Order: sequence, then structure tokens, then C-alpha cells
Amino acid sequence: MSDARVAVRKTYKLFIGGKFPRSESGRSYIAQDANVALASRKDVRDAVVAARAAVKGWSGATAYNRGQILYRVAEMLEGRRDQFIGLGLPTAEVDEAIDRWVWYAGWSDKISQVYGGANPVAGPYFNLSSPEPTGVVGLVTPPSFLGLVSVIAPAIVTGNTVVALAAHDAPLAAVTLAEVLATSDLPGGVVNILTGDPAETAPWLAAHMDVNAIDLAGVTDQTLATSLEEAAAGNLKRVIRPSASTPSWSDDPGLTRMTAFLETKTVWHPKGI
Amino acid sequence: MTATTASDLSSVTSSDAALRAFLHGLPGVDQVGAEQRAAMLGTRSIKTTAKAWAIDLAIRMVDLTTLEGADTPGKVRALCAKARRPDPADPTCPPVAAICVYPAMVPVATEALAGSGIHTASVATAFPSGQAPLEIKLADTKAAVAAGADEIDMVINRGAFLAGRYLEVFEEIAAVKQACGPAHLKVILETGELSTYDNVRRASWIGMLAGGDFIKTSTGKVPVAATLPVTLVMLEAVRDFRDLTGRQVGVKPAGGIRTTKDAIKYLVLVNETAGDDWLDPDWFRFGASTLLNDLLMQRTKLTTGVYAGPDYFTLD
Repeated sequence: MSDARVAVRKTYKLFIGGKFPRSESGRSYIAQDANVALASRKDVRDAVVAARAAVKGWSGATAYNRGQILYRVAEMLEGRRDQFIGLGLPTAEVDEAIDRWVWYAGWSDKISQVYGGANPVAGPYFNLSSPEPTGVVGLVTPPSFLGLVSVIAPAIVTGNTVVALAAHDAPLAAVTLAEVLATSDLPGGVVNILTGDPAETAPWLAAHMDVNAIDLAGVTDQTLATSLEEAAAGNLKRVIRPSASTPSWSDDPGLTRMTAFLETKTVWHPKGI
Repeated sequence: MTATTASDLSSVTSSDAALRAFLHGLPGVDQVGAEQRAAMLGTRSIKTTAKAWAIDLAIRMVDLTTLEGADTPGKVRALCAKARRPDPADPTCPPVAAICVYPAMVPVATEALAGSGIHTASVATAFPSGQAPLEIKLADTKAAVAAGADEIDMVINRGAFLAGRYLEVFEEIAAVKQACGPAHLKVILETGELSTYDNVRRASWIGMLAGGDFIKTSTGKVPVAATLPVTLVMLEAVRDFRDLTGRQVGVKPAGGIRTTKDAIKYLVLVNETAGDDWLDPDWFRFGASTLLNDLLMQRTKLTTGVYAGPDYFTLD
């Protein structure tokens, strides 16, 4: 008997509806020296069903409550900081990602003041515009952890639910983030994360009639980006195109990723009666 | 099967004792075996052209149902329009088999379905509990037929059945069959309240012996509705009944069937248990409301190649 302990190795699985299933196809692949589930189109379908089911509860929660839950996610991220660093991520990037998450969490109860309000109208009415989430958002995420956080957080902070496709060659940070989300009071289905080959699964997500918007941040192949955008036109999804050059996720993110997935609802309310 | 022959059958309903002896003489259902077989058949993989065929067949087998206190003529008319053209965007989509409503809504449905070939089914006999005097059940049935229903979904008297008064159940069904006249009679066993598969088998036989044209699992109003093993037992009963008497009886699972995957499992069960004679809307029906939208979404997925969403189908 040797004293050397055999380490327990982890199988990295998908994250759908708050659970960690294997791919329905049973496939897996090796990435970053680990066994990772290789999602199929049916996993995309299941993830969209889970995301759709979560829309009502998540978008109906108060902004304050969503903010609390997202802060909780940041607390959990902080607690698992070493685990992310252990995946080989630069310390600075992990810290920046946690800070980025907190920054977005703060926006949950502020975005409606900035992007909504009372409109002046010539009549005895109150006219109020308020931003509302668009629904289910598909995300093709970039390989960097900061980039991953920078596309997931802005989509969910306003009340959308997401199906995120992790980068093919760097899926471990995404699955580890899923483990954080699963222990953070985030309702199941708000974030669904699929590992595998986005070139295989993204076309199904882009064409899915029950997905309302898609963010192509992680697509580097311009031809694929164009074909995904064409598929997304089938039900007039909102699309964020990938930037032509490699994006620097450390830059000020601005508000565009949050506002891209909002619809404005305007109501007229008679006054003085 | 026991050694009963067709000639014996005429005498089994001569007295309560004879009927009890016959029903308790039916072979018992192997519960574990039935559940295992239903689960095993449910794992069959039906893909591409076979799936497209199964989906169209399932659509043609749907009894599109609305049985709510809140039903209005407008809602029934909307449902009838959906029955005629389930997918308005695709003229190749077949119509459903029937509309199933409460007796008060039968005139509305009959008028809206005129000329379409779609049947009007009405529940009757104090649906869903069946706890009313026989005269009221018969009047309920006659009123529904007079209003234009050509299919009657009756509930059996579970109180009498569970108390062991089998002949009373039999005579009630026979009387309702008489009251139906030309209309088809579907006998709802309400299997969720019968407790055992043996009881389901016995109730199936009573329904068939009394002249039912269909035996149906459930009202959809109790927590446990149609399940695969229960339907398996009923399919075995109709198969054995035809072997014995030559008369074919249909089967209608109802309640809780919501997805295309479920519907296809039932079709596999029909084919493997009763045989493909029953793979026809005249002999097998689905009592459902939400199932139709899922069938349409799957059909759209097959024809367009992209996943469909519920935003593009009606809310019923």
C-alpha cells in the first residue's frame, strides 16, 4: 500500500434547470485536461424549455430581490476564488470578474430609473415608460472568465433568463460558475450552461423560435456569425454581433449589453378624475 | 384467457352472481410485469418519417377537450375552429377526430363543426362523479344526443363497482347505451379511482359486455389520469374481447397526456398490444387539450427544421 492518495476526478456536466445532467447524447470530450459533457441540439432544446419556464418567476421578482440574489452570487464567487485561480485563471482576472458581477448586481434596481421614466405629453395623462426584460436570451460566450461574466450578468440582471454556450476549449470556468450559481439562491433555469462545440449547437439556439435574443460575443468565425444572424432573423431576435477585433473585457462595459435585451413598455394613465 | 366461449358470454350477465364469477375468473394482472412492459415499450425510438407519420396520426386521434365550468360559446367556437384547421399555417395538417364538451355546449359545437366530418362528443351521466339517479343520467344522455352529439362519454358508477354490485354497473351502462340511440358510447372507467389493475380489467369487460363502443380511462378530473400500464391492461381487454366475440371496441386514454413523446409511447403500446387494426381514429383516441399544441410544435419542427415556440400557437 502506498500512501499516495488517488485524487477524485470530476466529470464536468451541463447545467440545465438548476440541475447538472449529462448530455442526453451521452457524449463527452476532453478539454483543459478534464472530461467535459458535449452538448447536443436536444440539450439546447431542454435548456430553452428550462429557461422559458424560469422567465415568469425571475422577471416577476422585484428588482431589489434580483439584486440581492446576484450579490449572493458574488459572495459565493468570492468564496470560491481559489478554485477559479486553481483552474489556471489569472488572479487579477478572477478578481475583476467578481467585481464586474457586483457592478452589474447593483444595476438591478437602477436600470429602470435610467432607461424609464415619465414622458411629457400634451393631455391629462401620466405617460410612463418602463424597461422590461425581453425573455429568453441565448449567449455564445467568449473563452475568458471575465468575458463569460460580462455576457451572463447583464442579461439576467434585468430579468431575462439565459442559455449560455461555453467556449469549446475553455469550459471549466463556465461549469465552475454553474456550481456557484447552483448554491446562490438563483432559481433553477435562470442560467443554463452548455459545454461542447458552439459551432454545432449555436445554429439550433439561433434558429429556435422560443428564444427572444442572442448575444454572439464568443463567435470568432465571421461566416458563422453571419449565418447565425440570418437564422436569428426567423423570429426577429435581437442580436448582438461579435466585435470584429478581439474585445478587451477589462474596458468599461457600458450599459449596452443590459439595454440590448430590454423592451420598453409605455402606459397612458388618465389623471384628474 | 379462460376457457370462456362466446356462447357462455350471453349467460354471464344473467345474474349478479354469474357476472361476479366471470369477472373474478378473469386472469389476474401481473402488476410488475404490466408496468415493466409499458415502460419497456416506452423506450422505443421513433424518428424521422415514422415520427412524422405518428404525429399526423396522433393529431387525427385527438378528442380536443374543454370541460370547464368557465366554458363559453365563444371558447367552444374557437376550439372548433382549431379542430378544423389545427395549424392554420399548414394546410397539410389533418383535422382532429372530435370535440369533447359538456352537454350545454353541444349545440354550439355541432353548429361550428357542421360539414367538417369532425365528431361532436359530449360527456353525460352526471360527469365527472356519476353520482346521480339513473333517470337523471339517462335524461342527461338523451338531451346530449338530441342536441346533436354523435358520441357520448359516460362515467360508470364507481360507487356500485367498488361495492361489488357489478350487475348494477352493467345494467346502467346498457341503459345508457339504449338511450344513446345511434350515437357512439364511450365508457369512462375512471381508472384512478379503481385502485388495482384487476379492477381495471373487470371494469373494461363490464363496459364491453354492456355494449360500449369505446372504453376510456379517465375523466381528467381526478389526480391520477391515464397511464401507460392502465392503457396496456385495457388494450389487452379489447384484444381478448374481439378474439372472443368478433366485436371490436376502441380505447381512449384521457388526461395527463401532454407531450408528443407521451402520445407516441401510446401508439407503440397500441401497435404492440392490440395490433395495428387499432391504429385508427375510429378505434383509438386521445382525450386531450394541451397535447395538440405540442404535436403541432413537433410537426412544425419536422417540416421547418427549427425548434418551434408556443408563441406561435393558440392559447386554449
